[in-house]
Amino acid sequence: MEGLTLSDAEQKYYSDLFSYCDIESTKKVAANGRVLELFRAAQLPNDVVLQIMELCGATRLGYFGRSQFYIALKLVAVAQSGFPLRVESINTVKDLPLPRFVASKNEQESRHAASYSSDSENQGSYSGVIPPPPGRGQVKKGSVSHDTVQPRTSADQQEPASPVVSPQQSPPTSPHTWRKHSRHPSGGNSERPLAGPGPFWSPFGEAQSGSSAGDAVWSGHSPPPPQETWVSFADTPPTSTLLTMHPASVQDQTTVRTVASATAANEIRRQSSSYDDPWKITDEQRQYYVNQFKTIQPDLNGFIPGSAAKEFFTKSKLPILELSHIWELSDFDKDGALTLDEFCAAFHLVVARKNGYDLPEKLPESLMPKLIDLEDSADVGDQPGEVGYSGSPAEAPPSKSPSMPSLNQTWPELNQSSEQWETFSERSSSSQTLTQFDSNIAPADPDTAIVHPVPIRMTPSKIHMQEMELKRTGSDHTNPTSPLLVKTSDLSEESKINSSVKFASGNTVDGYSSSDSFTSDPEQIGNNVTHQRSHSGTSPDNTAPPPPPPRPQPSHSRSSSLDMNRTFAVTTGQQQAGVVAHPPAVPPRPQPSQAPGPVVHRPVDADGLITHTSTSPQQIPEQPNFADFSQFEVFAASNVNEEQDDEAEKHPEVLPVEKASDPASSLRVAKTDSKIEEKTAASVPANVSKGTTPLAPPPKPVRRRLKSEDELRPEVDEHTQKTGVLAAVLASQPSIPRSVGKDKKAIQASIRRNKETNTVLARLNSELQQQLKDVLEERISLEVQLEQLRPFSHL
Amino acid sequence: MVHTSLDVVDEKISAMGKALVDQRELYLGLLYPTEDYKVYGYVTNSKVKFVMVVDSSNTALRDNEIRSMFRKLHNSYTDVMCNPFYNPGDRIHSRAFDSMVTSMMIQVC
Repeated sequence: MEGLTLSDAEQKYYSDLFSYCDIESTKKVAANGRVLELFRAAQLPNDVVLQIMELCGATRLGYFGRSQFYIALKLVAVAQSGFPLRVESINTVKDLPLPRFVASKNEQESRHAASYSSDSENQGSYSGVIPPPPGRGQVKKGSVSHDTVQPRTSADQQEPASPVVSPQQSPPTSPHTWRKHSRHPSGGNSERPLAGPGPFWSPFGEAQSGSSAGDAVWSGHSPPPPQETWVSFADTPPTSTLLTMHPASVQDQTTVRTVASATAANEIRRQSSSYDDPWKITDEQRQYYVNQFKTIQPDLNGFIPGSAAKEFFTKSKLPILELSHIWELSDFDKDGALTLDEFCAAFHLVVARKNGYDLPEKLPESLMPKLIDLEDSADVGDQPGEVGYSGSPAEAPPSKSPSMPSLNQTWPELNQSSEQWETFSERSSSSQTLTQFDSNIAPADPDTAIVHPVPIRMTPSKIHMQEMELKRTGSDHTNPTSPLLVKTSDLSEESKINSSVKFASGNTVDGYSSSDSFTSDPEQIGNNVTHQRSHSGTSPDNTAPPPPPPRPQPSHSRSSSLDMNRTFAVTTGQQQAGVVAHPPAVPPRPQPSQAPGPVVHRPVDADGLITHTSTSPQQIPEQPNFADFSQFEVFAASNVNEEQDDEAEKHPEVLPVEKASDPASSLRVAKTDSKIEEKTAASVPANVSKGTTPLAPPPKPVRRRLKSEDELRPEVDEHTQKTGVLAAVLASQPSIPRSVGKDKKAIQASIRRNKETNTVLARLNSELQQQLKDVLEERISLEVQLEQLRPFSHL
Repeated sequence: MVHTSLDVVDEKISAMGKALVDQRELYLGLLYPTEDYKVYGYVTNSKVKFVMVVDSSNTALRDNEIRSMFRKLHNSYTDVMCNPFYNPGDRIHSRAFDSMVTSMMIQVC
């Protein structure tokens, strides 16, 4: 573009106009909206306007930059002055009057009236917002008055033509006229196709009223001459002038009519809207689209399949490429079908394109299905509040515009929220899986391949509580050990539970009873149990599923025996598994915990209650086993007392929990090999490290379970331990029959347990034998050494 | 070169008659002595083949990158196909598709 030199007045004038047109303050005015209205108001022939736009480069750029706008205004002035439009005329024409723009509310109203009068026949579908056409007479009058304002040679021609406009304007043609009448940036090619306006849009204009509405909408939409706001401009005669300005042709007349109707519609829209969004769909337009949609798809909530839409839009004679692009823009959800909103957006884009608007690169906000969708709120998941906006015509425009950005924002938000929902659901499902895991643990308990402590619960708080519980009971737990204790206790609990259930052995009972005595309060036991469970749950991820969740037990703490049986049945495996897992954990613990063990036991026993040497896990089984425990308590008491005495001798400090857990677990889990291994392992290191400490754990289990074990205690720890285990197992077995008879499940579980016990015992046997051999060898070596030393003593 | 790789693609397709689910093929072996480029093939369930030629001078793209690129390509292609105005076989004029592809290539290079 050439450099544009403007006088001061021109500069000011142009800047005012630019700011007026630059609604969104983007420093560039779109090639539609107010700019078009402005140019329309310039009362220039349509082709002149197009020429101006081309010259100023707006068509090239697609929008009006400030310079383009100024140039355009200058050219308008040039044209209005009657000078030929040339690029060089911008600066050559001197003393150019300021471009005159016809703009006034009155004018617009009159224009509306004129348009209405002309369109009265075709505007049946207009909503009540638009004032009824006053009649053509007014139009004529307006036109006459307008003539005085502008030197319009064609005015007269158009004037008489204008009344003819309406009849000639068939709805089908309106779109074409609109297209022609709007600036066509692409160089006026739209005008050529306009030669056959009728046929094309005939399919669209099935409803004349609808089409006329569309017409009005179009004209109102695309280059709406919003002139009511241009009060600054000299008042010009009424719309008729504008109408008459356009070239005398049917198309022009229709254009005029459409412009007038557009102004009417626009005015209405404008009055309500704060700013003009070129892509906004007015109500009339929307109604038209909806009607068209209905012709294809009666169900407004349904979809238009791609093929049908393709046929429909192919009628618009747009290039396939453009149609393809329109489809891309409008098919928001990429499903190959058009919802009502998508269809309206596509239709809107088609009309816009036909009228010369370049297709946007991305869907304008106003065309977003979400925003536009009012009827099909379900389809696009519109936000209800904002969706309802377009429902009310008067409120639609203003509500739409402000709501659009928010809707757009909410769109991603919704997506995000949906994502969040998805993730949330995933999380919930994962949590469910966790819970399921726990529940699965119960049935899978028979598996004895567990070597690790059974993780039952994973609540750290519970663990803490458990520890508190343990501390409460007087055990000297160290934090690190408590978890272990918990583990073992879990195992022991489980083993206890299982054994109590299955075996109902006195030994096991002893263990239980001891555990019971540990905390006379069943609640505490339950808590401990749960704590331990939770702890075990946390600690071991490695534990196999088999261990059934002792969890249910706390709930059954005071339940009836039946419940307990169920629980036992469920948890037997758990116990076993737990017991199995227990042994491995036992070894390290017993050493430090041995000392406190007896101490704890002693006081506990002193209470007369069965000390709950084992950690709370034992308590868990105890709770459900209350009924059973009561029977066992007697035994346990006796055993415990004996044990305690022995324990007192043997180990100064043994963590009661550990001990309890160990013996309990050993007793109960006797079946599991791992447990035995643990014991052996524990016993071996125990022997190595401490002479007495190892005895603590072993003695406990031994003591608890069998009186005979006490005898064994003095012997090698491992042996005692093992024997204790064996004894426990053996002892537990006899007790099996008691609980077995109650439930079928218990029977089955007991059978399983027996089998497991058998295997465990077999292994235990072999291991014990090996240990025995080792110990014997050590003994022999020691004796040899002793003998070697003796001679010296003799000497 | 592309035609040659297409032949290889067909060859591979016929070979994997059993595992139709396999969507990914990497032709790292297609390195001619002179031309140092790699050709990646990708077949969709509808037997639409994507061939990607990558210049080896660029630090060899990781397998995952190639796969993600193919996935994106596949998604964009399905979006394009959804357009009823698009005739399979035509040149794709979709701007979104082009922009996606361009962005992908820019990201890689």
